[in-house]
Amino acid sequence: MSIQVHNIQKRFGSFTALDNVSLDFPSGELVALLGPSGCGKTTLLRIIAGLEQADAGNVLLDGEDASATHVRERQVGFVFQHYALFKHMTVFDNVAFGMRMKPRNVRPGEAQIKKKVHDLLNLVQLDWLADRFPAQLSGGQRQRIALARALAVEPRVLLLDEPFGALDAKVRKELRRWLRKLHDELHITSIFVTHDQEEALEVADRVVLMDHGKVEQVGTPEEVYGHPATPFVYGFLGSVNLFHGRIDENQVRVGEDAVPHDNRVLSQGSEVYAFARPHELEIVTDPTSTAGIKAKVNRVLSFGVSARVELDGVNGATGQHFEVEIEQARVKELALVAGQIVRLLPSRLKVFERSDAGLGVRR
Amino acid sequence: MSSSAFAVRFEAAGWKSESTRFERNIATSESKWVKWSIIGVALSFFTLFLLMPLLAVFVEALRKGFGVYFAALVEAEALHAIQLTLIAAAISVPLNLVFGVAAAWAIAKFDFRGKQLLITLIDLPFSVSPVIVGLCYVLVFGANGWFGAWLIEHDMKVIFAVPGIVLASVFVTFPFVARELIPLMQAQGREEEEAAIVLGANGWQAFWYVTLPNIKWGLLYGVILCNARAMGEFGAVSVVSGKIRGETNTMPLHVEILYNEYQFAAAFAVASLLALLALVTLVIKTLVEHRVEQALKQSTEGVPS
Repeated sequence: MSIQVHNIQKRFGSFTALDNVSLDFPSGELVALLGPSGCGKTTLLRIIAGLEQADAGNVLLDGEDASATHVRERQVGFVFQHYALFKHMTVFDNVAFGMRMKPRNVRPGEAQIKKKVHDLLNLVQLDWLADRFPAQLSGGQRQRIALARALAVEPRVLLLDEPFGALDAKVRKELRRWLRKLHDELHITSIFVTHDQEEALEVADRVVLMDHGKVEQVGTPEEVYGHPATPFVYGFLGSVNLFHGRIDENQVRVGEDAVPHDNRVLSQGSEVYAFARPHELEIVTDPTSTAGIKAKVNRVLSFGVSARVELDGVNGATGQHFEVEIEQARVKELALVAGQIVRLLPSRLKVFERSDAGLGVRR
Repeated sequence: MSSSAFAVRFEAAGWKSESTRFERNIATSESKWVKWSIIGVALSFFTLFLLMPLLAVFVEALRKGFGVYFAALVEAEALHAIQLTLIAAAISVPLNLVFGVAAAWAIAKFDFRGKQLLITLIDLPFSVSPVIVGLCYVLVFGANGWFGAWLIEHDMKVIFAVPGIVLASVFVTFPFVARELIPLMQAQGREEEEAAIVLGANGWQAFWYVTLPNIKWGLLYGVILCNARAMGEFGAVSVVSGKIRGETNTMPLHVEILYNEYQFAAAFAVASLLALLALVTLVIKTLVEHRVEQALKQSTEGVPS
């Protein structure tokens, strides 16, 4: 089932949680709502489920306006961040709950319920836990039971609120892969909320980036990572080095230093943000060179496949921190030491004109 | 070498288990005389003000032997007082049970205007003197009160009758159930109810299958406290009952009357019944309290902030 939201507006007191959000979730896709906490992603998910009421705008489920439809008739499956399993019921009763709550005339028989519950528990590979209570399960197991419970009512849409948020890193990674596999088997339209960019890029068919109640960019993981549409997206996805500067012909002038750029749209003298990923910066040790930003080597972290060099800006970019990722061999070749003054030269630079709205970059 | 290493480890383990007991750790404990004088003061206070009066009740009640003791309990007026006390509790406890659950449910699971006012109002019976409560009822329902004329016209009696006693009991026991449930339900949050609704349960089903099982121990605890207060209430009931012997006397009032008539053995006999009730209540309360704590722990466990 497809989901559309049109011009959703939601305020909590003076705080705008969602500001005129319109989105289209095609049938059968797994979509991630990604953004920092407080960006409105969970609120949007709850509005789609019907747990929250929008101040304005519509939610269309399969093309039909669902704004007036009660939560229990929307046929959505919702997985809560903290699972919200019923503590006093066994795993079996938790999963059977939705079926048992149906009106008498449509409620399946107890034998049918039993079969269905065991099928679902097998699907999440936890049939052996049927008689346990939620308190006896690990976080990952609880999460999967919560998912089985949501699927028991045969929802047309699956909504997951920070599904892996409360789990440790290893289990999280496992469950991510598992969720992707499950989605490929079931092909049920799913939306999940996350603040973890890696999670969103790895699991989702499409990623919706949100900030301050607004949609910043929608696209496949490749699109949003490779071609960030806004400074926020650039800063939010992956590590990034930021230069504040002014356009001066084919250069971005940062204080006394300058870096070259190839953006031809920007007019002379306009204030800009320039971004470069850590692997897109080259370190120049030649003291006679004048190109690039002057910086002081702070630390060299040479473990792992590639080395990381942390630097502090000195001239125009004083107080700023930079991070450069280079090959181990290159570190040796340059013989970098802490305190050394070098220049940073971007091999690729993404330049955005500075708007008055400010920059929502958080790392 | 290896055995000494083992001994060290053994010792370390022993030290560790010892250190969990805060008061035994030299680094965190006070000097001996401070410790014992504080314990001494507390114990003597406890004995003087709690244990002695309790013992005195039973000693005085049985001073003239078991014959007098039981005679005082089965006497017609005493039986009537016991009956009236039970009736007042039997009406006020269920009423406040329903009200308390409804109020706690509303406060903990919904946001509405005037919520803070409601919470404050629920506490009102705790902060108002029971005698004033009784007086208020007299002013409203008494012969010269607001509804007095209307009540007389329709041949109904509230003050100096059973309805007045029930009303007073309901008022003073009002907060117990609600006060017990509100923090518990707030700690449990709304997620489970939301999950139930999303899974297709209606409001009643969500309450019956999800909310109620989660609060049952807290609810029982509230009911026990509510019941103890309903049976023991003196001030408010004293004002509205008129103390008509064999008609509007509850147990606490009966005790007072007997005492004023110098029938000490009989007074203490009835009082010992109330004291026994209190002791039984305390035992049940302790057991239930333990379960409530577990429920609370469960509701917060596994939920990182």
